[in-house]
Amino acid sequence: MRREVPLLICAIVGFTLIIVYFVPHPPFSDMRDLFSDWFSVIAAFAIYLGILNLLKNSVDKVFRKRSGWGFSIVIIAGFVLFVFIGLYEGSDFGEIGTRYYWLYDRIYFPLMATMFAILAFFIGSASYRAFRARNVEATVLLLAAFFVMLGRVPIGYYLTSWLPEGWRMGDVANAIMTYPQMAGQRAVMIGIALGIVSTSLRIILGIERTFLGGE
Amino acid sequence: MGFFERLLKIDRRIIFTFIAVAIALPLFFNVSMYVETTSEVVGIFSAVDSLSPGSKVLISFDYDPGSMPELQPMAESFLRHCFSRDLKVILMGLWPQGPLQANWALDVILNDPDIKVKNLKYGVDYVNLGYTAGNEVVIQRMGSDIHAAFPVDYYGTSLDEIPLMRGVRNFNNIDFVYNLSAGYPGTMEWVQFAADRFHARLGAGNTAVQAPLMYPYLGKKQLVGILGGMKGAAEYEVLAQRPARAVRYMFGQGISHAVVIFFVIIGNLAFFATRKKKES
Amino acid sequence: MIGSENKTVKRVFSFLFLVFLFSPILIISIAEAQYSLLVPGDTLPPAAPTKTEAFDTPYDRGRSITINWEKSKDDGAGENDVKGYEILRSTEVDGEYKLIGTTVGGAQHFIDNDVRDGIEYFYRIRVTDGISFSLSNPSLPAKSKPQWINLRRTNIFIFAVALTFAILYYINRAKAGKELFIRKIAGLEAVDDAVGRATEMGRKIFYIPGISDMDNMQTIAGLTILGRVAKVAAEYEARLEVPVSRSMVMVSAREVMKEAYSNAGRPDAFNEDLVYYLTDDQFGYAAAVDGLFVREKPAAIFLQGQFYAESLILAETGNSVGAIQIAGTAAPAQIPFFIAACDFTLIGEELFAASAYLSRDPKLLGSLKGQDVGKVIFLAAIILGVILLSFRLMNIGPWFSVG
Repeated sequence: MRREVPLLICAIVGFTLIIVYFVPHPPFSDMRDLFSDWFSVIAAFAIYLGILNLLKNSVDKVFRKRSGWGFSIVIIAGFVLFVFIGLYEGSDFGEIGTRYYWLYDRIYFPLMATMFAILAFFIGSASYRAFRARNVEATVLLLAAFFVMLGRVPIGYYLTSWLPEGWRMGDVANAIMTYPQMAGQRAVMIGIALGIVSTSLRIILGIERTFLGGE
Repeated sequence: MGFFERLLKIDRRIIFTFIAVAIALPLFFNVSMYVETTSEVVGIFSAVDSLSPGSKVLISFDYDPGSMPELQPMAESFLRHCFSRDLKVILMGLWPQGPLQANWALDVILNDPDIKVKNLKYGVDYVNLGYTAGNEVVIQRMGSDIHAAFPVDYYGTSLDEIPLMRGVRNFNNIDFVYNLSAGYPGTMEWVQFAADRFHARLGAGNTAVQAPLMYPYLGKKQLVGILGGMKGAAEYEVLAQRPARAVRYMFGQGISHAVVIFFVIIGNLAFFATRKKKES
Repeated sequence: MIGSENKTVKRVFSFLFLVFLFSPILIISIAEAQYSLLVPGDTLPPAAPTKTEAFDTPYDRGRSITINWEKSKDDGAGENDVKGYEILRSTEVDGEYKLIGTTVGGAQHFIDNDVRDGIEYFYRIRVTDGISFSLSNPSLPAKSKPQWINLRRTNIFIFAVALTFAILYYINRAKAGKELFIRKIAGLEAVDDAVGRATEMGRKIFYIPGISDMDNMQTIAGLTILGRVAKVAAEYEARLEVPVSRSMVMVSAREVMKEAYSNAGRPDAFNEDLVYYLTDDQFGYAAAVDGLFVREKPAAIFLQGQFYAESLILAETGNSVGAIQIAGTAAPAQIPFFIAACDFTLIGEELFAASAYLSRDPKLLGSLKGQDVGKVIFLAAIILGVILLSFRLMNIGPWFSVG
């Protein structure tokens, strides 16, 4: 039963959504809306499931003094702080000027921006390792990177502004992005789309059960 | 270990230091650089420019503070453009933090002297619908009924009581959709559901990392244009003749690109030097 | 004389009285004449819109009527002062028309999504220049009703049926015992080595199933590979941990691991805490996982599923701690990052082929073959389309556009 019920739900919802794509008539269209609403409700409740697990693990870690328990205290404190300030502020908690907004602006925002900013450094170190002219393919990749990186910033313009229009760094970068890049992207996407169609079909038909823990 | 071998195995922290300096230092200089515009950005700008006053524009804020440096300038210049052309703006988010980002942008633009004189009113000229969980399913639901996807706005007011939302049932009643995206759910989902399925006119602003992925969708029917990263944001500011943050940051971005390229060249020199040594 | 004087005075007074009586009319008409000279056109209402027609919106679920009209002659031409159109609706041709929506100037259609099926509605369009307005004639009655088939999607239907048949056909052939070839996927071959290395070094293995939820096929493909990795880890007695960013993924990953451990004959080694939730937040998750990598220094890291901008943040940190990394994603923008920072990368569809590759289940292998048929159809269409268009023979593009 543990296996059959999820498979059945999967099949019913999957087939309905396929049918409604071609058959807009009720009851299919109503069922689509109903499933959409259910999904929203389940997705909203699933957030609590995750939070509860996180809190349970963190509290557990602190009580047992397992390695890294100090981080768990930060998690619990951060959670309590944000939830209580949010509740205290009521439904207008997101308004500019509230305490919650202050937390968001002064703690959350700098933390997130820092993480994203790390990407700039990692791109530097990763391209240093990866962009080596080891063979023909790697050389093509290297040249493409060179033109796109310079062509997408004003430096590329200043370096080649003496060239006739259409031959400047920016134009080369645009040409690389619009033709070879896009063609490659499309090819990968067609492959992926077919992969998704076939995997979805296997799941809807119950052939693929690995994600439920089956073989 | 020879010089070149050591160069090949350079500590990544040295590269990090150079990049940090390259990004941070230009922030202290106010160098305005020439920004070339591309057709992808012009596509969105002229689409908005051709809308008649009173047209309804939906902006979905699908990002969080992490990608704010890239996407917030896009949000602000787009909002200013809409308000200066007297368009009605509906804001929403598929990411929980989206509506806050929207308020942030609104706060900046509504205090802009050119916009302030218009005395825009919440509920009449703009509205923030807030966030609904469910990712692309929310877009799908909006395709049949926006009031069902967002029964109340960000402040808990029923949509039926908001003058701007009366008569706005689904994408048929919206003249342009603009999506600011840093991942999932984002532009891909808006293309697949809003544009493909419900024929909404769509434009998007993406982080630079993600923008190339959206190029295959460019075209009248799916994506009229795309703003990619800080450069895209700068282009929009230039087109709107209001150069702001993004244009200013282009200097730093240029220098940091140059530093990365410098290291790539050094790496290749070292690579060839050591290879020659091995061969000999 | 007095009498005649009196008469003159009477006449003058009568005249003045008449002037006084009609003065408002005079003043108004002079003012209007002047005003009309100042602002030409505003004495006249804009020309009424014509040819108002209403019909059931085609190929939909019902409850929708489309209204088209020809715009006012003063919209974009003539006095060129049209501000917008108001759409009025009534259930009787001569009944009371109520405002149901507005559009901007230049508009020529409106979709009324607030109707009930089977009821006749009449529409009139009111054009306004901000001061006065004109009304169009009522439309003929329109009734909305749901349609059974969306004919605009016939092309997709044909392709979907063809692809489904191809997949089912090859699944059946594979079940019948026909050998199917699948090319080598290096990343999947390396799973045993990576787990073995972790066992030898006595360090942990981290498995990151992407940052998307269970509704993403890449997450499902990632969990499929997790099954295999968990089984090998259980056999080798290596410690595998799965930090996740979605609670539904947490539940599913636990099921997958539990099953894998018991298949490996070591159900006792499984513990629910091996799979734990961190946060839904993209960069919060990246920060937490990076922290785990740096503190625990794992010997092997698997990054399998949907990734976004955090891909390189994770992979580069993993690289810096010296872990062997096997990545896989169908997010085209992240593939280059993984190739730059990881030892092996499953590119795009290889991720989806993993379950068939690992299990060698004929049913799954068959579906891969069916997928190839789809690819052949696409390739043929692309080549044909390019040839036809290059020689200006025909544009088959519209065949592939979706309604």
